[in-house]
Amino acid sequence: MSIEVRHLHKAFGSFVALDDVSLDVPGGELVALLGPSGSGKTTLLRIIAGLEPADRGSIHFHGEDATDQPVRERQVGFVFQHYALFRHMSVFENVAFGLRVRPRAVRPSEAEIRDTVMGLLHLVQLDVLAKRRPSELSGGQRQRVALARALAVKPKVLLLDEPFGALDAKVRKELRRWLRRLHEEVHVTSVFVTHDQEEALEVSDRVVIMNEGRIEQSGTPESVYEHPATPFVYGFLGDVNLFHGRIDQGRVTIGGSELDAPEWADVRDQAGLAYVRTYDVDVAALPTGSASMEAVVRRVRAFGPIVRLELTLSDGERTIEAHLPRDRFEALAVTHGQRVYVSPKHVRVFAGE
Amino acid sequence: MATVALSRTAAAPRAVARATGESRAVRWALTALALVFLGLMLMLPLVLVFTEAFAKGTQAYLDAIREPDALSAARLTLLIASIAVPINLVFGVAAAWCISKFEFLGKNLLITLIDLPFAVSPVVSGMIFVLLFGAHGWFGPWLSDHNIKIIFAVPGMVLATTFVTAPFVARELIPLMQEQGAEEEEAAVVLGANGWQTFVRVTLPNIKWGLLYGLILCNARAMGEFGAVSVVSGHIRGETNTLPLHVEILYNEYAFAASFAAASVLTLLALVTLALKTAVEWQQRRALAEVAEAEGAPERIDA
Amino acid sequence: MRKTSRSVLPGFGLSLGITCAYLSLIVLLPLATVFARTTDLTWPVFWGTISNPRVVASYRVTFGASFLAAVVNTVFGFLVAWVLIRYRFPGRRLIDAAVDLPFALPTAVAGIALTTLYAPNGWIGSRLEPFGIKVSYTWIGITVALIFIGLPFVVRTVQPVLDDLEAEVEEAAASLGANRWQTFTRVVFPTVAPALLTGFALAFARAVGEYGSVVFISGNMPMKTEIVPLLIITKLEQYDYAGATAVALVMLLASFVLLLAINLLQWAARRRAAA
Repeated sequence: MSIEVRHLHKAFGSFVALDDVSLDVPGGELVALLGPSGSGKTTLLRIIAGLEPADRGSIHFHGEDATDQPVRERQVGFVFQHYALFRHMSVFENVAFGLRVRPRAVRPSEAEIRDTVMGLLHLVQLDVLAKRRPSELSGGQRQRVALARALAVKPKVLLLDEPFGALDAKVRKELRRWLRRLHEEVHVTSVFVTHDQEEALEVSDRVVIMNEGRIEQSGTPESVYEHPATPFVYGFLGDVNLFHGRIDQGRVTIGGSELDAPEWADVRDQAGLAYVRTYDVDVAALPTGSASMEAVVRRVRAFGPIVRLELTLSDGERTIEAHLPRDRFEALAVTHGQRVYVSPKHVRVFAGE
Repeated sequence: MATVALSRTAAAPRAVARATGESRAVRWALTALALVFLGLMLMLPLVLVFTEAFAKGTQAYLDAIREPDALSAARLTLLIASIAVPINLVFGVAAAWCISKFEFLGKNLLITLIDLPFAVSPVVSGMIFVLLFGAHGWFGPWLSDHNIKIIFAVPGMVLATTFVTAPFVARELIPLMQEQGAEEEEAAVVLGANGWQTFVRVTLPNIKWGLLYGLILCNARAMGEFGAVSVVSGHIRGETNTLPLHVEILYNEYAFAASFAAASVLTLLALVTLALKTAVEWQQRRALAEVAEAEGAPERIDA
Repeated sequence: MRKTSRSVLPGFGLSLGITCAYLSLIVLLPLATVFARTTDLTWPVFWGTISNPRVVASYRVTFGASFLAAVVNTVFGFLVAWVLIRYRFPGRRLIDAAVDLPFALPTAVAGIALTTLYAPNGWIGSRLEPFGIKVSYTWIGITVALIFIGLPFVVRTVQPVLDDLEAEVEEAAASLGANRWQTFTRVVFPTVAPALLTGFALAFARAVGEYGSVVFISGNMPMKTEIVPLLIITKLEQYDYAGATAVALVMLLASFVLLLAINLLQWAARRRAAA
């Protein structure tokens, strides 16, 4: 079932959480709402669920206006960051809850409930723990129970609020993969909120990047990463170096170096921001052209396949970061304190301060 | 662990989101019902004390308060409280100190023992002292030989009151100090402080609000105690009557206005106690909030 | 053989010494005398005293009224706690502080105020009289006084638990399709139930031993509205120390059992909370 969000506005006192937000989520997609704290992503999720009323705007599920529908009628599954499991009930009873509170007329029989619940527990690989209490489970297990519980009522839409935020890194990675697989099996329209860009890019079909109550960009993980639309998106996704410089007729001047910026050919002498991804910083022992900047190696962190270099530019004492593949680094043989020359391979220039 | 949390007023209400709360009508009905119940049970008696006290006019009220027996009853009440409360303060601090900062066998038993006076009926408490020191009590003959009067005299009343109010300060301090742990005191000792310095400079500032709270409650109970004191007092006018006993005597003699006049003084004391208690709770909450903020406890902002 | 672990902190000996000495003097010694006295009592005398109809009647009055009052306090105390924690209305803070009035008010004051209130010509008594409902000098009056005295217990025990209830759990229930009543009965109430039980036990324990607020309104008619504490006083005044001790012993035992029950309840609650 698709979700249409139209011109949503929500303020808490003087703090504007959502500022005229509109969004389309096609049926069956797994969409990530990505952004820093205060960007409005959780508020948006909760308004879609019906846990929070919007000040202005509307929500439609598959074309039908659901703006004034109370949460219990929306048929959404909601998974909370801290699970919100019913502590006094067993795992089985938690998952069965949604089915047991159905009005008599539509309530399935106990046998049917049992089948559905055990089936779901099998899906989330927790069938052996059906009789346990939440307090006896690990964080990752609790989250799986929360998921099974939300799925038990066959929701049209699945909403997850930072579902892996409270778990440690390893468990998070595992559950991420697992969520993706689950989605491929169950195919419910899903929206999940996260501030972890790696998670969003890895798991979702589409990423919606939010900042300060507005949507900055929406697109597939590849497209938002390779073609960020705004400075914020560029800076938020991936490791990036930011330079302040001046744009003049197709060239941008950063410190003592000049770089090509053909898209700004018509601009005369304007302030600009140049973004360079850390893996787009070329490091060499000798200068390689007008774009080269002199720098001194301050720190080398060589664990894993990528070597991270912290470099201080000779003009202006600015620190930038360069990520090199291991073999390149070894070929270069740079050491701490050595003078090198860095040049950006790709640069994205935006106007502004 | 035996200790029960003594009363606390609630902080600001958690507004359960409108989306998932009760309907307006239900909320209004429940609130109204609760308020009617409280009004009936709490407010009416409170108001009545004052209306009855002034039933014969302001002059009669003042006369009743200034009457010699009333004044000596008030004096006795203050005297007893001024003995019982400091004693129990020392006891409470000592008990809380050894229980919260040290590990030893029998700790739970100790805590249960401290709670005992709370569980015993006041009349039984008084009876116990009569059994001990009364004319036919254990020490009775010995006391009368030495012409020492405990029962039906002030010493007995002090004892009974001290017994009944013994747990108040301890019960307040024990969970508080247990929660605070012994780390700060250990740090002080490592830095060279002796026992007294550690207590005064490190522990006392941390427990000051809890201590005050316990003192307020202990005092209120000491001044208002009726059952236990009634048993050991002998009801001798002008000599062994506390203010609550004075209220009883007047009431039984059908001197209602005078009785309520004395009662109104005690009621004012109760209201002052409530006000002080609330003020201390406020301070406690503020102090806790400041600590949480300083430690950077994350606030739940809708992101 | 030292079972105590030597801590680096000073004052252990002193504080433990003071505590034990004080407790022995003020608590243990007096209580021991009660039990010692009972050895003066032979079993026949003890049983004779306990099973005396007047004594049995007083037990019935005290325990019966206390139970009823505790039940009423559990129901209404829960209501009050709910309203104070969850709803906002003018004067909420003031009313919240006022709930402690029965704690702070001397029992004698409560006693005479309630008696006057419910007397046939009192503010409430006069309104009930036409319906033939007598409160003063009946067991109803005793129960009302015990409701007053126990009111704060349930409220204060339940409030922290309600306060700690996470909003998300109720939101989860709503998102799964539960209506408000279902959420209340299946999710909220089970969580609060242990605290309610503890509050009930506390109110009951307090009511059983109560004297000052009850003795005025009860009328103290033997066999009908005589409460156990009064009976004990009567026996003491007649120098029937043995009888008083016997009656008190039963009360003491009941108190200890209740204290034990309360401690167990709280311990169990703490364990569940820690999980």
